[in-house]
Formats: sequence, C-alpha cells, structure tokens
Amino acid sequence: MTTVFGVPLAAILGQLMLGLVNGSFYALLSLGLAVIFGLLGVVNFAHGAFYMLGAFAAYVGLQFLGVNYWWALILAPLAVGILGVIIERLFLRHLYLLDPLYGLLLTFGIALIAEGAMRGVFGASGNSYPVPSLLQGGFNLGFMVLPIYRAWVVLASLAVCAVTWFLIEKTRLGARLRAATENALLVQAFGINVPLMVMITYGAGVALAAFAGVLAAPVVQVSPLMGTSLVIVVFAVVVIGGMGSLVGAIVSGLVLGLVEGLTKVVYPEASSIVVFVIMAVVLIWRPTGLFGRD
Amino acid sequence: MKKITTGALGALLGLYAAAPAGAADGRVVIGDIDDLSGVYADASGPGATEAANMAIADFGGTVLGKKIVLLSVDHQNKPDIGASKFREWADQNGLNMLLGGSNTGVSIAMAKVAAAKKVPFIAIGAGGASLTGADCTAYTVHYAYDTTALGNGTASAIVKEGGKSWYFITADYAFGTQLQEAAARVVIANGGKILGAVRAPLGTTDYSSFLLQAQASGAQVLGLANAGTDFSNSLKAANEFGITKTMRPAALLAFISDIHSLTLQTAQGLYLTTAWYWDLNEETRAFAKRYYAKMKKEPTLDQAGYYSATLQYLNAVKAVGSTDSDLVMAQLKKTKINDMFTHGGYVRADGLMVHTMYVMQVKTPAESKYPWDYYKVVKVLSGEEADGTQPDPTCPLVKK
Repeated sequence: MTTVFGVPLAAILGQLMLGLVNGSFYALLSLGLAVIFGLLGVVNFAHGAFYMLGAFAAYVGLQFLGVNYWWALILAPLAVGILGVIIERLFLRHLYLLDPLYGLLLTFGIALIAEGAMRGVFGASGNSYPVPSLLQGGFNLGFMVLPIYRAWVVLASLAVCAVTWFLIEKTRLGARLRAATENALLVQAFGINVPLMVMITYGAGVALAAFAGVLAAPVVQVSPLMGTSLVIVVFAVVVIGGMGSLVGAIVSGLVLGLVEGLTKVVYPEASSIVVFVIMAVVLIWRPTGLFGRD
Repeated sequence: MKKITTGALGALLGLYAAAPAGAADGRVVIGDIDDLSGVYADASGPGATEAANMAIADFGGTVLGKKIVLLSVDHQNKPDIGASKFREWADQNGLNMLLGGSNTGVSIAMAKVAAAKKVPFIAIGAGGASLTGADCTAYTVHYAYDTTALGNGTASAIVKEGGKSWYFITADYAFGTQLQEAAARVVIANGGKILGAVRAPLGTTDYSSFLLQAQASGAQVLGLANAGTDFSNSLKAANEFGITKTMRPAALLAFISDIHSLTLQTAQGLYLTTAWYWDLNEETRAFAKRYYAKMKKEPTLDQAGYYSATLQYLNAVKAVGSTDSDLVMAQLKKTKINDMFTHGGYVRADGLMVHTMYVMQVKTPAESKYPWDYYKVVKVLSGEEADGTQPDPTCPLVKK
C-alpha cells in the first residue's frame, strides 16, 4: 500500500474527501454568518439554532405534512427565513445602534429558547431523517465508499455559496446592500428602503442556515443540540476568514474542513480543537482574518 | 437607598440559609442529579425523575411519618456542577439520599462527595465500573448496570459467534475508556484480538472519518464504546458509508430510546446488553404501562432503575426506622432485591448491585409486531456471569 509519512494514501484521500463534505457545511453556515455580520453588523449567535430548526422543519414536514426532501429544501429555509424576518422586526431592529454585544446576547438567548423548546417537544436523542431515494447508495472510489448523498451535499452547498456570492458582489441588489452598510442614511436619501433591505438580508442569512440544516438532516440525527457544537466551529471559521468577508467564509470553510479531516488521520484527539488553534494563530498574525479588510 | 437594598438582600440571604435546615427535620429528602438536557436526557433525564416520583407516590408519599420530597437538577455533564450541587443539598437541604443519573465522570465526582458527607449515593445512569472499583465508597451503590457487565454481555456473545478481531470507537472520557477496556478484556480472554481504537470527543456529530479508520483496520467487529446520541450518530454513519456491510457493529451500551430514534431499519440485527426491557414479563409491562401513560414513551433501563432504587431505599429506611446513612446502607447490603427491575439482586461489599443482564438483538422491521417491540433475548446472564463472583479487588472496602 502506498503511504505518505507512514499513513496509507487511501486513508488520507478518504479523510480529505470527508473533509470536503464537512467543509461544505462550514462554508454554507459561515457564509450566512458572514452575510449577516458584514451587512448588519450583528453577531448572530442563533445561527446554529436556525440550522437546527431547518432540519426540524424538514423532519416535521416529512413526518406530519407529507413534504418530501426536495420540497423541504425550498420550504424549510423559507419558513425559517420568515421566522428570522419576524425576529429581526420585533427584536433585533432595536439594537442596531447599540454595542454589537447586545445583538450577540439577544441571539444567544433566542438560540437557548429554540433549543429548549425543541427539546421539550422532541426530546434530546433526536430523530432519523431518511436519505431521499434518488440519492441512496454510494460510489466506490477504491479508497472508500462515498455515499451519493454526501457528494450531493458538496455540490449543493457549493452552488448555493456561488449564487449568494454572485448576488451580493455582482448584482445591482447586492451593490445597494453593500452601499447601505457603508452609509445607510445616504442610500436612503436616494429613495431606497434600507430597513426593508436589512430585514430581507437577515431573513436570507437565516434561510442559508436552515438550508444547511435540511442538507444535514439525512446525515446526522435531527436533534435539538445539533447546532450547538457546530456554531462555535463556524464562528471560528468566520473569524479566520475575516469577519464579514464572503469569499473568506467560503474558502476558509472548505479549507478548515480539509485540515480537520487530515487531523483526524494524524491525531484524532486534536480534531475538535485544531480549528481553534488555527484561529488563535491567524488572530496573532493577521487580526482581521485571512481575507479581512482593515 | 443602597444601604437599605443591601440590608434587605442580607436579610433574604439569611432567611434562605436558615429555612431549609429547619424544614429538613420534618421530611425525607431525596436528590436527583442528572443530565436533564444533553446527550443522555432521553436515556435518563426527566423520565428518570418521573420514575422516582412514581416510586415515592407508590410508597405513599411519606416514610416514618415524614413527607418525602424529591429535588432535581441538571448537571449538564459537568462534574463540578454535580459535586457542588450535591454538597449544597447535603449542607443546606438536609439531603438523605442522592440518585445519580448519566455520566460516569460526574458520578465519580459525586461519589467523593457521598463519602465526605456520608450521604448514600445510588448511581444509576452511569456505567463506569470504577464506581465500585478504584473509586468505590462506603456510601455508593452502583445500581443498574456497569461497563464490566456490558462487556461480558455483548462482547462475549459476539466473539463466541466468530467476531474475533475488533476495532473500537470510544467516547473520550472515563465511561468510554472503561467500557472499551471491559470489552477488550473479554475479547482477548475469548481468543480474539484488538486491532485498534479511536477516541472521539463526547458530542461528536460526524463520525465518518473515525469509521473510515475503523474500516481500514480490517477488523471484523466495530465496537461502539459510546452512548446516547454519540451512539446513534456513529451507527447511522456506519450504515451510510456501507461499513456495516463489511464490519459487524456491536453496541456496548444502547438504550431503547436510542433504538427508537434510530428506527429498526438502521438498528436491526444489532447486539446490545441491557439490565431491563419493558417487554420482558408481566411485572415489567405493568410498570411500563403506567410510565407510558405519563411520559408517552416506554421506559429505558435507567428509568426503571430509578423507580426500583427509590423504592428499595425507602423500604430500607422503613425497615431500620431511621434515615441514618450507615444503618440504611447496612440494610441495603443485606436485603435481596425483588421487584419489577430484577429478582434476586443484591448489593455486593464493593457497592455493586449484582443482578441478571440480558444480551438482546434488535428485531428487524418485519419481526416487530407492535410499537416499541424492538428486542429479542439472545442470552440471559446471571449476575455472577455478568459481573463476576468476587467484589472488585481494586476497591479499598473489599477485605483481601
């Protein structure tokens, strides 16, 4: 068997493949966070909870309403996005002028309430969501069996990331949004409804999290705690990429997924902290993150 | 103004400190420190608290003419929270006995408090055998199951059917490592070998990379030395990556709540070891029916254990006519346990409650005839087969 530094090549390739899958989740989630932070300046701690709610929306849809996976991919983000809009309208809106810490505390509280409520209704051990029949089975890559579903996760999240990036960086709507974050008053003076745009942006960021949740539902147990552990890593990803940088979020999401995968081959016990070690190093070396602008 | 507030606060604090101590005279206080919200909350958690409440109600709500009260708190899987809450209840609330739920790490910390405060501690949801070994105390009873019994059940059954080479995925804390050790001991004693093990942090959601390593080892058996959602997530990923086609999964600890959430489709054929199953006999079904009416789920072995342990403690208090810890512990250690949980169970010198264990196989969806009809019995192990005939020699209480 071919080995690299004493580790079988097949193992490295397998872990890189899995790293890519995890990286896609990180990219999708950190993109939503980056959109919300970049355009609203809100540190959205409820992001993990919205991800969890997206998965639960898919689960409830399938179990009780007969909504299949493909519809859930559209409807669950929509439903959770609307919830996000309501939260923005009722609560978040009043905090924009205050220290960002208040937004963090509010969204953290929302996350706790959402998790507690779901735990009360569905219990802690979670529920199974079946892989849609079209995506069952796997490709045998020689060094591992890659489930078709995981390949789909990579493709779907990369596509959504690309579309989001395009919308914000290359379209007129995106240009207005970015202008509004630079100088809201001036943009409003041109007759653009800034509060509406901000509201929609938050809803869209939240919908991205819910979309990731639906993607994750067939992979992990749909449980109230599924977002808690993930959101911390995703925050680290955003910090490494540079707060608010969309490209940074996408690239560092994917790269950190790969790094984590490699760590699992070399020293598995460190796999849960490697992202934070990298974050610490990046913060010392480049406090604005890899893609951050000063 | 400030002075008045501070004064009022001081007065309130004074009241708070004084009140419970006085009130404790007229009541018997049972505490419950458990994972009420985390990965083990379905296996034990609020359902276990309810089971303890059922036992108190069945006992009549009073013992020795005193009202029985149950305190309950979430330890959040943090040993320091468990230990400090136990200490607080012992010092301020007149705690007479503590029921301990999931998490071996927390339970070891609480056992130390039990010894210091001389308050009986009945560990139920935790599996670590060291609770009645190196970490044993004169006030600990390890009630429902331990890692030794789990290893002797599942591992020996599978090795004897030809699953000789093993690879473990282990939860990275006291429980996981003790469970792996117990199972590995049994595998080796029966002529098998261990090809490797990987430790995954508690609460890991993505097991795929650990599973690839397991597969690369070429082992026949995938030993899952974890529990709760860790177990569910690892088994689910093993199915997804086609690993269950080349390796045989072995659940070293699985609760019925886990099987329920995984569904039979994913869990079918799995071997696991349990002390209790709701559908074993008339007594278990009768308890399960009453529990189901309240909780809308069938009870797990922990929850049944909570009911039984509470009842046995109250029986002991009644028998000795006192809540004196030493008298009650002596009574518990000399009384056979016969109830819906087990028959002929007894508490050994090291504190382990020795009782019958069952190796179960999870039914296929076709075999399952009614809701929660999940297990069939593969093998019944006597208490001695499960946990040995001698107390654990590493426990300082055991006379050598």
